[in-house]
Amino acid sequence: MTHPSMLRRITDFANRANPYPVYEELRKTPVLHEEDGPFVISSYYDIEALLHDPRISSDAVNLVDPGEDEVSGPEATGLPPSFIRLDPPEHDRLRRIANSSFGPPHRPRRIENMRGELAEIVSGLIDGLGDAREIDLVDEVAYPFPVTVICRLLGVPREDEPRFRAWVDPIVAGLDPDTRTSADSERTAQEARLQLGMYLNGLVEQRAKEPRDDMLSDLVNSQGPDGAMTTMEVLSTSVLLLIAGHETTVNLITNGMLTLLRHPEYLRRLREDPGLSPKIVEELLRYEPPVQLLPQRTCITDIEVRGVTIPKGSRIWLALAAGNRDPERFQDPDRFDPDRGDLQHLGFGSGIHSCFGAPLARLEAQIALSELARRLENPRLVEDPPPYRQNAVLRGPRHLKIAFDGLR
Amino acid sequence: MSADHLGQLRREGRIVIVGASLAGLRAAETLRAEGFAGELTLIGDEPYEPYDRPPLSKSVLLGKASPHRTDLPHRREIDAKWRLGVAATGLDLSAKRVRLADGDEVEYDRLLIATGVRARPWFKEDEARLDGVCLLRTRDDADDLYQRLKAGPRRVFIIGAGFAGSEVASACREMGIPVTVAERAGAPLVGALGGVIGAVATGLQTENGVDLRTHVTVTGLEGDATGRVRAVHLSDESVVEADVVVVSLGSMRNTEWLNGSGLGAGPRGIACDAGCRAFDFRGIVTDDVFVAGDVARSPHALFGYQFLSLEHWGNAVAQAQTAAHNMICDGADRRPHLWMPAFWSSMFGVNIKSVGVPPMGEQIMITQGSLAERRFVGVYGYKGRIIAAVSFDNTRWLEFYQRQIERGAPFPVEFPTVDRRPEGRPVDADFPDPSLPTHGPMITLSGYSPADQQLVFHPARH
Repeated sequence: MTHPSMLRRITDFANRANPYPVYEELRKTPVLHEEDGPFVISSYYDIEALLHDPRISSDAVNLVDPGEDEVSGPEATGLPPSFIRLDPPEHDRLRRIANSSFGPPHRPRRIENMRGELAEIVSGLIDGLGDAREIDLVDEVAYPFPVTVICRLLGVPREDEPRFRAWVDPIVAGLDPDTRTSADSERTAQEARLQLGMYLNGLVEQRAKEPRDDMLSDLVNSQGPDGAMTTMEVLSTSVLLLIAGHETTVNLITNGMLTLLRHPEYLRRLREDPGLSPKIVEELLRYEPPVQLLPQRTCITDIEVRGVTIPKGSRIWLALAAGNRDPERFQDPDRFDPDRGDLQHLGFGSGIHSCFGAPLARLEAQIALSELARRLENPRLVEDPPPYRQNAVLRGPRHLKIAFDGLR
Repeated sequence: MSADHLGQLRREGRIVIVGASLAGLRAAETLRAEGFAGELTLIGDEPYEPYDRPPLSKSVLLGKASPHRTDLPHRREIDAKWRLGVAATGLDLSAKRVRLADGDEVEYDRLLIATGVRARPWFKEDEARLDGVCLLRTRDDADDLYQRLKAGPRRVFIIGAGFAGSEVASACREMGIPVTVAERAGAPLVGALGGVIGAVATGLQTENGVDLRTHVTVTGLEGDATGRVRAVHLSDESVVEADVVVVSLGSMRNTEWLNGSGLGAGPRGIACDAGCRAFDFRGIVTDDVFVAGDVARSPHALFGYQFLSLEHWGNAVAQAQTAAHNMICDGADRRPHLWMPAFWSSMFGVNIKSVGVPPMGEQIMITQGSLAERRFVGVYGYKGRIIAAVSFDNTRWLEFYQRQIERGAPFPVEFPTVDRRPEGRPVDADFPDPSLPTHGPMITLSGYSPADQQLVFHPARH
């Protein structure tokens, strides 16, 4: 090949700050298949269709050529797959049980009732900036905020964060297709997942004896029509919720502030009207989605997409961030425009695996961004683009240096 | 029409919409959104501004929403003259005038008919007048029924186990009220979804404590000395004591006011072309009278060009928008109404959704999940292709099946799907004979021909 592989360019760290030109090129081949690689789907409508297609599986056992870590059953060293890596009916059962402690119909107000608590946490973090006039938004707000929230929701002690951080990092790195190739990193991720599970097991055992008002207690004591989760299921679900519960939100908030600082008119409008925050967050989920692609799908039979046959068991990547900027779907897709009439996106996926924590992530981002807009005086970017994290899937700045004149 | 004429219509024409509910409101909004600047009149027989009906048989009955708080949100200013609380009583096609119950007449250049349907009343008028015999269609109906349920009746009796009747039964059980449901067919929902799914609905009702009586008809309602209903007599000679009776026998199209007008209007609705233009009784399309919503029957390319009558919320919106658009444009700018039939319901904690036209289905196969668990997707086949799908608590897959219907994908479904169970083989969908009167399926296949052969024209006596 005379040009560098498209896959390589997607994962290439050099393109992390602005991957969108690569995605634009990617969309020219809406079903991209490079030798031995995955089938990469990049048009909005195709992704949308596949997310609702019952021939598509999230379960690694259906891959012809799964990675080493992907098919570990309970008998292997690791935890069983969480519901994000399962198909119905197992997926549905586990997700229903988890949801009975999180959202409607059983707990319709759980998240909404956290609104005041969330605002307090953000206020506290901003107050804590004190006399500083230059901060790293990631370290000071965007990371500690969702971590505190998910810890409270699950019932994980906040002060244990340094401990679980050491396990979360390699697990998240394992999701990055670039590092996947190394068997070492796969083993590290697998080992970390087990360690994190064992740590959570201590808490879960405690909650089985003395339930509290938190999700770990609900998960381990679930007695609904779907029965109880096994201990292993409780652990893999808890690992999933702990990680997914903050890793993506960090990026949503950071990407959000970065985008607002690049579009100061919206920062000003948000300051004047916090009611604009839902629109801003929805457009952010389109414009800078924290989950850029879903690399873990396959098909349980040969399927055809735009005339291309994808053989059974192939790995399929759904490039959400590319679909979100598909001109076939969106007018002026590269413009950040919270006023656009149809605020739609693939930022939370769609179909049965659509983001479990979406209501929480939305509320967190809305509150964090409107509070930052309201309280930071004359905020500005210190470096643009900021340094990014390695990960191409869960993409976001590692640091976001912001200068400002004071707190309001 | 000349461009001049069209321009004049858009600037200063008079558009009258008969029917001030969902379809009427959305049509009015579309007209304004597309630049209609003339005079707009909305006529409605109920005294209320447009309101939403789906909650009336669900959250309203449970007291979770007030029947007077389901107003439809307005999407934009429509600057219309409202004639509410006054029914249209006649139409003079040649003079282009709508007659109103109060004797007024309203002239139009373009007319949209969106008069919808009403609940089919109990057929014995004296029995229907008994205190405690209820219908459920309007806001006032819902308010009345809600008050009666709140008062804690000893037993509610529901005649007809279609969607509306089943939803009321569900609300009663959620409130802990004893309820009996009588159904002429063999199971609930059979008219809409067939016997295979009907059997699931049977289990759902009986397990939730509904006293379900199938293959029976109600022969009479008995009142006490004070004129209150006290018992229901059934064709199997049993008698059930009840102090509230909900008549849920489907709906009747509000077309009587068009008798003698010369429009192709009858009990099955008003025939119109895919562009929402009404046919006259000869089968000739009019160009200034349009139809939208539950009262319309229009041909659908995906379903063999059969005329479909759809009592679906989404259809009312889509058809109103298309009708409004077509009312103020011409020729090639006009759009066909090719909405994919879809409806939803929720009862006994289960979300039911369907796409396509299930009653056309000859066979059904469960492609995902299981009937026994009441979580599944069922696919209906008609002459070797997929014609419809239904889901119980599996809504998120339906988009896929909708695309299969749109592309005429083959039936039986030949590919594997996640969560396929051994039961996933095609079986007879088991629809009752459509000629048998029952509660009505909400999708009615109403024939192929715009001009019904049996239609007889009786000119109105003015």
